[in-house]
Amino acid sequence: MKVKGAIIAAAAVMAVSAAANAATLDDVKAKGFVQCGVSTGLAGFAFTDANGVWDGFDVTFCRATAAAIFGDANAIKFTPTTGKTRFTALASGEVDILYRNTTWTLSRDVDLGFTFTGVNYYDGQGFMVRKSLGVKSAKELDGATVCIQTGTTTELNLADFFRANGMSYEPVPIETNAEAQQKYLSNACDVYTTDASGLAATRATFEKPGEHALLPEIISKEPLGPLVRQGDDQWADISAWVLNALIIAEEKGVTKANVAKLAADGSADPEVNRLLGKEGSYGEMLGLPADWAVHAISAGGNYGEIFERNVGESTAIGLARGLNQLWSKGGILYAPPFR
Amino acid sequence: MSANREPFVASGDIPPSPPPSSVVGPVAWVRENLFSSIPNAIMTLAGLFIIYSLLASVIPWLFVNSVWNATSLGHCREIDNGACLAVIKERYLQFIYGFYPEAERWRAILTFVLMVVAVWPILFAGAPRKLFYFSAVYPALAYWLIWGGTIWGPVGVMLGPIIAIITYRILSTVLRGTSMEEGIAGVLALIAAGLAMVIWWLLGVELFDGTVSSIVSIGLPVVESDKIGGFLLSTLIGVSGIAGSFPLGIALALGRRSNLLFIKAISTGFIEFIRGVPLITLLFVASTLLNYFLPPGTSFDIILRVVIMVTLFASAYMAEVIRGGLAALPKGQYEAADALGLDYWKSMRLIILPQALKISIPGIVNTFIGLFKDTVLVSVIGLLDPVGILNPIRADQNWNGIVWELYGFISIFFFIFCFGMSRYSQYLERKLQTGHR
Repeated sequence: MKVKGAIIAAAAVMAVSAAANAATLDDVKAKGFVQCGVSTGLAGFAFTDANGVWDGFDVTFCRATAAAIFGDANAIKFTPTTGKTRFTALASGEVDILYRNTTWTLSRDVDLGFTFTGVNYYDGQGFMVRKSLGVKSAKELDGATVCIQTGTTTELNLADFFRANGMSYEPVPIETNAEAQQKYLSNACDVYTTDASGLAATRATFEKPGEHALLPEIISKEPLGPLVRQGDDQWADISAWVLNALIIAEEKGVTKANVAKLAADGSADPEVNRLLGKEGSYGEMLGLPADWAVHAISAGGNYGEIFERNVGESTAIGLARGLNQLWSKGGILYAPPFR
Repeated sequence: MSANREPFVASGDIPPSPPPSSVVGPVAWVRENLFSSIPNAIMTLAGLFIIYSLLASVIPWLFVNSVWNATSLGHCREIDNGACLAVIKERYLQFIYGFYPEAERWRAILTFVLMVVAVWPILFAGAPRKLFYFSAVYPALAYWLIWGGTIWGPVGVMLGPIIAIITYRILSTVLRGTSMEEGIAGVLALIAAGLAMVIWWLLGVELFDGTVSSIVSIGLPVVESDKIGGFLLSTLIGVSGIAGSFPLGIALALGRRSNLLFIKAISTGFIEFIRGVPLITLLFVASTLLNYFLPPGTSFDIILRVVIMVTLFASAYMAEVIRGGLAALPKGQYEAADALGLDYWKSMRLIILPQALKISIPGIVNTFIGLFKDTVLVSVIGLLDPVGILNPIRADQNWNGIVWELYGFISIFFFIFCFGMSRYSQYLERKLQTGHR
């Protein structure tokens, strides 16, 4: 294990040092598209439609990035990555940016040689139980059997939580979310625990979702966001500011529907004008066209629209905004000022 | 005693009366095979009950209550409580082709049809022998059809073996003229031929492609590897793996039994190394580590990398299966071949291998079937083979939560392929049955 780690680290250093010399933006412009690493399939976040076109929450952010650079949300190619291949795909330069529900942790940011450029979804580990159990709080779960994906951080969080509260549990190890659904529904475990967004998405697929409840406790922080290779600040800035622009757009009420009109006519709000390239030369600073944010917003709307369309309460997944609400509305989404 | 009371004399043969129904006919068959003793009767009844309960749940689910026309899983559940086959109806093309562009799908179909033609002379004796030439060029043709681009690249690659053969012919004639020992001369010529081929592939092909393309450019629209998925990808990896591992396996098996230390060491080392490493590890090497070791900027196609790894992996197992066949031949066969004055290659080709391969058929087909099923492992490295493509489909809000229908569909495909291979091997064993075993 140690040797393997060393080899991977050495290889990553080689690749990063090779990649750091090249400006990713120039490479991307030369080949004419952004290569985006996404999940191989996660409900609401990355999936393919009937025509084989990638769509979903993470996918739309990637498309917005491509739109900001090329003015075309389809100037993009997707590489499906698994939990095991995602980091090497990014480190080796196979993908330019990774939008794959990746939790921002210290070791990934520092040791693996990546730069996290923001958080597009604040998640946390939750619990799902059958309502018939009568459990109202995760603290009442002493002695429960718990379905848990092996080899994940959720497994460690679970152990921490039960130990901290002086409770015992019996783990039922599972490999995939699909397996967990079957096990949970066939009563092989009392509780299923994974990221709260995943729980909600899973519950939505049940025949009788009303018979299951998500417990109020969220026992971990899972800030999920995009990451790029360390050492290319321009590219990291672009990735960060595309995300920020979409959040600011929601804050300022710029939507997919009115962005073209606002960009043409201008707005009374100077920050909107700066955002849409009417004032200042912010695109130039990033190495992008002046109207980059217009294209990014046109790709899938602002943050709120992307959320609602892919995972929001009107969809089958039905996630509430929660922490992912704007700071001004009780959440923690907060983008630095656009000036 | 009156005249009309003659003693009974049979005037002809009495026709045999039918055996009692307790000995022949369906009743007897049932009694003998299903109810011959009390434990057997219990087992039969239990078996019947299991079959009945399986069918009683599967048939209504799959045929009676299944839903073909719906837009989502929820819609399916509103309509009926059986299988939601609407997902198959909507997505079966993705299962077959992956994301292969619709306008180009004829190429995939043509490749498959031509594959049948190319395989025909290899598998069945009745085919015209000239088709073998087609089989030989088929891999390049298939590559060109699937990936598109200019035709001259694949043609250049196919020139490699031809160059190797020419080099070998020339060198072995030249070296035979010298005072060198014949075995060593042969090996030297072989190594030189291999080197010539590799050098041509590394340096010559691109030049050839560039030059000829600038004169006559023939090409198809390029389809990139990330568009290739589904059964197309499984078949692609499986068939190329099978086609590549068989000759490579024979070579390795012969190499391991060779008297030449160098060749023996290389073959043994290769086989033991590959067999000592799980396929998953090799796939990870193909998908991630190779990227690090190749010079930056070279993009070596991921499917090609995987095909190479799968082929190497299967060839090591194949080598051991064939070595088993070689070891099973009596020593007399080798001596007989020597006594006829045949050289090494001729004795192998005419005497030893035909018998050894015949013995190894079950093991060979076993390896093939295993290889074919192992292709689903590529989903672990993010390739969208049938199992890999399940994830993005199940992640679609409309179909999230569907399990059995999709996995069932995939297993039917694999069953058809693997069962077909198994039946073919039985046909081959019967055909090659010469009765001394």
